[in-house]
Amino acid sequence: MIAETGLAALWLAAALALLQAFAGLGSWKSASPALASLTRPVAVAQGLLCLIAFGCLLWMFAVTDLSVLLVASNSHIDKPMIFKIAGAWGNHEGSMLLWVTILTLAGAAIALFERRLDAQTLGATLFAQSLLALGFFAFLLFSSNPFERLSPAPPSGAGLNPLLQDIGLALHPPTLYIGYVGLSVAFSFAVAALLTGKVGPAFARAMRPWVLLAWIFLTLGITAGSYWAYYELGWGGWWFWDPVENASLMPWLAATALLHSVAVLANRDALRAWTIMLALVAFAMSMAGTFLVRSGILTSVHAFAVDPERGAFILTLLLLYVGSALTLFALRIGSVKEGKQFSILSREGGIVVNNIFLSVILAIVLMGTMAPLVAESMGDKISVGPPYFNKATVPIGLLLMLALMVGPLLRWRSDDKARLKRLFAPAIAAVVAVIFLALTSPQAGFWPIVALMLSAGLGVASFLPLFGRNLLRTPLPIWGMVIAHFGLAVSVAGMAAESGWTTEKLYALRPGETVSVASWSVKLEDVAPVVGDNWVAIEGRLSAKRGGFVAQLKPQTRQFSNPEQQTSEAALLTRWDGQLYAVVAPISETDLSRWQVRLWWKPFVTLIWFGGGLIALGGLIALLGRIKLPARKQNENPWVPA
Amino acid sequence: MKPKHQRLVLAVVALLALIGAGLLAASALREEASYFYTPATLAKAEVEPGKAIRLGGMVQNGSIKRDADGVTVRFIVQDRDATQQVVYRGITPDLFVEGSGVVADGRLDKNGLFVADGLLAKHDENYVPRELKDIDMTTAEHSQDTLAK
Repeated sequence: MIAETGLAALWLAAALALLQAFAGLGSWKSASPALASLTRPVAVAQGLLCLIAFGCLLWMFAVTDLSVLLVASNSHIDKPMIFKIAGAWGNHEGSMLLWVTILTLAGAAIALFERRLDAQTLGATLFAQSLLALGFFAFLLFSSNPFERLSPAPPSGAGLNPLLQDIGLALHPPTLYIGYVGLSVAFSFAVAALLTGKVGPAFARAMRPWVLLAWIFLTLGITAGSYWAYYELGWGGWWFWDPVENASLMPWLAATALLHSVAVLANRDALRAWTIMLALVAFAMSMAGTFLVRSGILTSVHAFAVDPERGAFILTLLLLYVGSALTLFALRIGSVKEGKQFSILSREGGIVVNNIFLSVILAIVLMGTMAPLVAESMGDKISVGPPYFNKATVPIGLLLMLALMVGPLLRWRSDDKARLKRLFAPAIAAVVAVIFLALTSPQAGFWPIVALMLSAGLGVASFLPLFGRNLLRTPLPIWGMVIAHFGLAVSVAGMAAESGWTTEKLYALRPGETVSVASWSVKLEDVAPVVGDNWVAIEGRLSAKRGGFVAQLKPQTRQFSNPEQQTSEAALLTRWDGQLYAVVAPISETDLSRWQVRLWWKPFVTLIWFGGGLIALGGLIALLGRIKLPARKQNENPWVPA
Repeated sequence: MKPKHQRLVLAVVALLALIGAGLLAASALREEASYFYTPATLAKAEVEPGKAIRLGGMVQNGSIKRDADGVTVRFIVQDRDATQQVVYRGITPDLFVEGSGVVADGRLDKNGLFVADGLLAKHDENYVPRELKDIDMTTAEHSQDTLAK
């Protein structure tokens, strides 16, 4: 009964989306208050119905209802409850239902909370949002129905990929999806602005909190996903340039650019067409990411099942939406009046530089991600990996950091070079850092040293916008900006330290033997079998010693039963100055006298995710400031230095 | 500066940046994209030592040998027509077994030995490396023969 309820709720929601399309269209065309008052409740009801459908899915997974095909093929009766529930979105259909639920909840949120937009643009926004929802409802109902029954029901179920049986699965996909799909709001806003022709500061101020919200979740999702991959895969890396990682990075790059250009539009009424374009591109990247991940066209642990029909469906949706949005842009952008002018040496100029660098990185990542697909369609097999991405993006990313020290110091509209004298302090920090590093550890290599130098500079420079201000009266968005920019410096410092100063050792050890990695000495005490809920494992017991400090590490090689699969669980020892990362594996099935032990000492690696958290925190603080804003006078602008 | 000029300058800068990105990406792609080979295509192609490539095929039966250090593995990857010696230092993936498919990232050394710095084996039925799927089709027959011996 539950499955049928969920399916009925989905169909009803789809019907409401159709109704919303007509009502939204009407309230845009005629500005009729009756239609406008209809659009809002319809959007909210649609969100609620999807939430009910999603609730049904969770229920089916929680009780392991094996008469449902999706549960039978992706779950198992012997599985901890948390993974049963999180497993609801650890598969294609469930994750698409989550996608659609968030899409309609975003529409409901616009209907409930958006009070700054004029009625016509709001109607057009909800019209655009309902068209997006309709397409994905069709995808869900016609090719990915999560509520399909299976008869007869199997006795136990096929189980969930053990790599996904981790607390990360409970947190990472929903967070990332809110970010991904939250960008649909920016897309619908941009489409609406093109339809009504009302592009200006008021529109930008209305759009900004939505972009910020999606961007915060995207940042958190990427950060969490990176840490998850780092400890779960047991390869010691934190970013693999896997196509699926790129699929989340590309919308983030576009959203970051959008976040900055929308500030220019809100404060200075410039970059009108460019901001609209970025809003379209950001969600286009989200949809492209969904296509890459869900079509099974790429090999990845994220690609749950390969089904060309689904891929073709999503590709059609993608081309339809992006194609019509770009056509609309081409047709209507001429009617959007040109914005205000500014000099290159100004805040706007700095943000243009930021946008150019971010777009360039986006283009490089996009090319590298698509190249294998293009090559394959021409009969060639290539794979593009980290060497390409690092080589092409790292120099530009570092240039971006350099520009980031300057941009926030500049005034709007135009500035003179005198203000740049403040950059003296960060320059000193950077020079001290580079001299120190070049003298103490030149072996780290060129790029890590340059990156650490720029982090030191940016770490200081990011606080300069606070210089000369009354800190208690500094507006929250300024604090947000400072914290986010500082977070970037922290994160890049972690990346540089990890790539330049990591020590890796691989040994075959007998119990009782001691080896060293960096300043640690690590002893393999013994190896013992352990048993978990749905796995058995071989656990290595290591004691790590540095100075007077001793700690235990217990990495495992786990053998899961449903489905049968082996995973390695790394053990991590976190200290203030880095992490010790250990993996243990048997040498072979016959040789049990010795064990392979792989050890890494990764100095300051935790800064990568700590910095990511700071970036998201900065966004949150800025968002709080933005939500308060309408209560104040509209022309009191916190971005203009007093 | 007149508004029109400023717009033009911005457009030109953006265009130059994008062209720069394209060139940078294209040159990095040419140098760094690793091409996929099976032992047979690798034997025919003249791949210079040190260039990053991917090698895929079946692990020949009875070919996996471990050095005395316990962490170095040597094995032979084969397809229907050719074989290739591979050496790998590290923890092998869970489903790395003889007679099963493998994809190795690495490069040839001067003596024609393939030095792998990463191995990818079949994880489970839902996660098969893309390259392996084709190989399974073309070489399954061959590896059946060696299994029978």
